[in-house]
Amino acid sequence: MERELHKKLPAILDSLPEFIKALSKFFKEHGFSEEQISQVELVAEEALVNIFSYAYPNMKGEVEMHCQRINDFIIMKIIDSGIPFDILSLPEPDLKANIEERSMGGLGVFFIRKMTTNVSYQREDKKNILTIKIKKGY
Amino acid sequence: MKITTNTQQNILIVSVTGRLDASSSPQLEKEFNEWIEDGQNNFIIDLGELDYVSSAGLRTFLAAAKKLKAKKGKIIFASLKEAVKNVFEISGFGSIFSIFTTSSEALEQF
Repeated sequence: MERELHKKLPAILDSLPEFIKALSKFFKEHGFSEEQISQVELVAEEALVNIFSYAYPNMKGEVEMHCQRINDFIIMKIIDSGIPFDILSLPEPDLKANIEERSMGGLGVFFIRKMTTNVSYQREDKKNILTIKIKKGY
Repeated sequence: MKITTNTQQNILIVSVTGRLDASSSPQLEKEFNEWIEDGQNNFIIDLGELDYVSSAGLRTFLAAAKKLKAKKGKIIFASLKEAVKNVFEISGFGSIFSIFTTSSEALEQF
């Protein structure tokens, strides 16, 4: 069983399946339930797709994913070298709005907050670093 | 993701199977646009074989629902699996959409 996962791929939508597959395998090896793996896949997709869409306007770039098991937790870091952007600064959606009023955005970050134990953002060495902490059985 | 359809009493029953994520959602969105342009106003979305949905998938449903609202159409959901139901509930989609246990139960709503 690997204690760590490292993956670096082009920041394009075509990279999504490979990231998700590797992530899913890693969490499965560490005994996470199917239900929780599904939530982790969702969190990772939302963070990755945001980077694919906005981090590198008019240029090519890469995204790195690191996962590390520490006791009951897996710490997942998603890193890009794109323009500074804190996904956590986005407003949350209005969950009570009806179909006409409900806005199309904001759901991704909402899932990221809702389905993780802790999440934080740092800008360091011209990199965006999203650190996501997930407790087994959370 | 796979999409299959069948029509009953002018209602299009759309079954979406597999994974509805950022990669596959554009295909469903394109289909929705065509169905709505063709004058289809009433939909049942059967998610009995859908294993996973992300915000991209939910946005596709919301976009279709907004268009249908303007045309006095209707979109309702049936047969959600646990993981998908969970995502609907957390996002508030569980309360803005009608969800039924089976497609035949959903059919009775029209």
